[in-house]
Amino acid sequence: MATAHYPETEFGDLHRRLLILRVGLLLVVALLGLRLWHLQIREGPYYRDLSENNRTRQVLLEPARGLIYDRHGVLLANNVPSFSLYVTLEDVKDRELLVKQLTDLLGLDATLVRKKLAAKGSKLLPRKIKDRMTLRDATLVESHRLDLPGVMIQVESQRNYPGGMTAAHILGYVGEISGEQLEKPEFLDLHQGSVVGQYGVEKSYDRHMRGVAGQKNVEVDALGHEKRATVVEKPQAGNDLYLTIDARLQKVAEDLLGEEQGAIVALDPNNGDILAMASRPGFDPNVLSRELTAKQWVEIVQDEGRPLNNRASQGQYPPGSTFKIPMAIAALETKTMSPSSTVFCNGGYQFGKRLYHDWKAGGHGYVDLHNALVHSCDVYFYTVGQRMGIDVMAEFGKDFGLGKATGVELPSERSGIMPSTAWKQKAKNEQWLPGETISAAIGQGYVTVTPLQMASLIGTVANNGISYRPRLVQAVMDRMTGNLMEIPAVPRGKLSVKPETFRLIKDALADVVTKGTATRAKSSVVTIGGKTGTAQVAALRTGPEESIPKKFRDHAWFVAFAPVESPKIAVAVIGEHMGHGGAAAAPLAKEIIEAYMKLTPQVPAVISERFSVEGAGRFSNDS
Amino acid sequence: MINRLTEHRGLDSFDVRYVALILAILGIGVLSIYSVTYGQRGVGTPYYLKQLAWIGVGAAAFLIMWASDYHHLARFAYPAYAVVLLMLVVVLFEGRTSKGAQRWIAMGPFSFQPSEFAKLVLVLVLAHYYSKAPRVGWLQRVIVPGLLVLPGLLLILKQPDLGSGLSFVAVYAAMLLMVGVRSQALGVILLFSIMLFPFAWEGVWGSLHDYQRQRIMAFVDPDYDPGGKGYHALQSRIAIGSGELLGKGLYGGTQSQLKFLPEGHTDFVFAVFAEEWGFLGVVVLLTLFVGLIWLSLEIASKAKDQLGALLAAGIVAMLCFCVVVNIGMTAGMFPIVGIPLPLVSYGGSATIMTMAALGLLLNIKRKRLSLFY
Repeated sequence: MATAHYPETEFGDLHRRLLILRVGLLLVVALLGLRLWHLQIREGPYYRDLSENNRTRQVLLEPARGLIYDRHGVLLANNVPSFSLYVTLEDVKDRELLVKQLTDLLGLDATLVRKKLAAKGSKLLPRKIKDRMTLRDATLVESHRLDLPGVMIQVESQRNYPGGMTAAHILGYVGEISGEQLEKPEFLDLHQGSVVGQYGVEKSYDRHMRGVAGQKNVEVDALGHEKRATVVEKPQAGNDLYLTIDARLQKVAEDLLGEEQGAIVALDPNNGDILAMASRPGFDPNVLSRELTAKQWVEIVQDEGRPLNNRASQGQYPPGSTFKIPMAIAALETKTMSPSSTVFCNGGYQFGKRLYHDWKAGGHGYVDLHNALVHSCDVYFYTVGQRMGIDVMAEFGKDFGLGKATGVELPSERSGIMPSTAWKQKAKNEQWLPGETISAAIGQGYVTVTPLQMASLIGTVANNGISYRPRLVQAVMDRMTGNLMEIPAVPRGKLSVKPETFRLIKDALADVVTKGTATRAKSSVVTIGGKTGTAQVAALRTGPEESIPKKFRDHAWFVAFAPVESPKIAVAVIGEHMGHGGAAAAPLAKEIIEAYMKLTPQVPAVISERFSVEGAGRFSNDS
Repeated sequence: MINRLTEHRGLDSFDVRYVALILAILGIGVLSIYSVTYGQRGVGTPYYLKQLAWIGVGAAAFLIMWASDYHHLARFAYPAYAVVLLMLVVVLFEGRTSKGAQRWIAMGPFSFQPSEFAKLVLVLVLAHYYSKAPRVGWLQRVIVPGLLVLPGLLLILKQPDLGSGLSFVAVYAAMLLMVGVRSQALGVILLFSIMLFPFAWEGVWGSLHDYQRQRIMAFVDPDYDPGGKGYHALQSRIAIGSGELLGKGLYGGTQSQLKFLPEGHTDFVFAVFAEEWGFLGVVVLLTLFVGLIWLSLEIASKAKDQLGALLAAGIVAMLCFCVVVNIGMTAGMFPIVGIPLPLVSYGGSATIMTMAALGLLLNIKRKRLSLFY
């Protein structure tokens, strides 16, 4: 029908053109084939890699942090499961939208979320945005997962301190690693979101306790949601710590301080084991291990009671009359005084134009060294100080560990000050004034000490000059091998002080309790030796104690050891603004010593049993 | 003799090789759709079952076309084109919008895409136009058919449906090539297109949706922003490339199974297939297509009249264009323009239209063999 209109040539042309179409088709298909060959064969492996990366995300498996036990195996810190929210930036299409969704859904702080999303790190690595989520919040996120690309909920172990505020300053707390910390070499193998110890033994033993992160490869879909997971490396749990602390004694010490501000340190003079170390006011490490808002932080940091301050190792106080112990030893050793030589005390000591008062208005009359300690006669020690000079005092003070950190396993320990002429020249670029020696002789003026130093000092006296570095950690249990690595006590040597001197001093210290300034520390259970101290806060004292505002009242000191015959415990107590040491601090020391005496004989330490099984019995309490 | 021919023609025209090729390609399509949607807990009927249903409808269309007479069909070319244009207008006002484009007309539980049918009708219209009278001079050969194409083209671009629009132009160009354009006329076209290009570019670029512009930009540099503009192109290339020689196996295509590659069952079904079956699978599929097109070209060249030849050529051109552009765009050779892979991609309208067109081809072959009609 249609052909008729056309000349034959035209139709023939059509055939010719169809041929062109055929050739063209083959050419184009060849081109396509070439392209596909290029993609699949030549660049195939490259694209294979890309597709593997596309679908797999490397998720770090946080290790379980090592546990912390007290000396009897009482759990002080463990881990509990909790939910954490992670975001993988690679899978997030709209970051601002996500921020809005998360703030709307969970009430998170938008700026904080933004900051965390903007933190440095691989886009492929999920970053932690929120931890310790409630089950409700976690469920909420899971139910919205289709609207939240790149978001995932991980179950993780979260630090938990079953005792709440108990031993908070010793244990410390954990927190997410900070940007500055990440730069440091010791945190090289960590990453954003890693939890590290930020305070206490959590910090100082972090390397042992944090463990090694594992890794799993998660196959995800385009929304970043997990489809399959393969574990590449299992996380290695951190090592457990066994502290020297006795949780029960710790509790007693903390309860004794109650609402007061102050510190109590109790240690075993025979090996330096810290049995209790209380500091008040305290904090709840469970709260601090959580992520705090900036406001919460400010509240804690600006708290006038400075609850984060471990007064036992970081509080520096004038030692007051407790300083008379090293003074007395120095006096005997340097033969500045003989045990029988006396000083007449009329209640004051004239030096130059200034009269230095004794705490007792009428004076103590003739006093020898024994009585000077028992009644804490200031004039006697003014005289001793005046005769010895500051540099001799400093020498002895330093022998007893004053003016330098004890080296306890806690971060930011303070060293206090044991002044000397050289110290003043160096620190203040000033000449030492003779009058300053007199103040220093009764532990005032420039002298400052930490309660831990004083506990160590009285322990050294109790142990006849054999000194150990105070310590908090007695063993580390390797989780991978199950081996218990005991940490030996660290001897600091023996002071070259005559045993006779210690005998005289300890006699005097025993009498301080039986008939001296600390009769309130007298115990029916155990013999106690000790020394009171009152650290002046304000120079001017007018009127009776009760009329002075609390913050100007003196700090009450008491250092003690017991039993006098064979000391097992050395204690230092400081009560801030609690007034006289004999009245305020001595009863506390008595309580803690009695508590310890009641506690120890009955329950043998779990840890020492374990050690004796393994053939090493050095951790037993009895020396 | 006559009886033998009539007896013979049914078997001969119903070319077994031809039908086998179509079925093989359809099979690959269903398999790929099955695989990509495997494990997706969708609501309602799975895609592969729906596609099977569409193939059923397509088979009916194929048989009807095969059994009919393309000369009769050609007579309805203009009215059919009018209906298609009407539907394209309707779709602009009443159409269902998906992914920024308004392409579908809802009919009960189904929706169909008039632009797909418009392509086939356009082939019919142009073949009819050229074969009805000897069209001489560039006005009759180029301008008038161009004016015929224009309303459909504009309506499709308005949706916007860049892929179908390009198919339209391709069909027109193929027809021009088939009837032959005198160099003079060709020169005029070239001149005009060069002169009008800046305006046309402005017009075309300005009328594009953002996502289309981004897709075209992504073609220039797909690695620029993997999460954004180039995402589609890059994921598709990764899917194809990572298939390597032997592929990842059925359901093994992580790109599509894990939904990195969107629209894996429709426009990007080739990438899914290439990922799961590798270069070997790709060669098989390309061979099948080449075979099908080869046989179609043979039908075109052996058509007994101008109308048959032009119809067959137009259909083949349309098929070729879709196959090449689809594979080219998934392989990152062309911009992503949204053209389905004939017989493989999921989609009712396209499947039915393609199968009807192939039925029409077979009808052209049947008519060649029959002496009486």
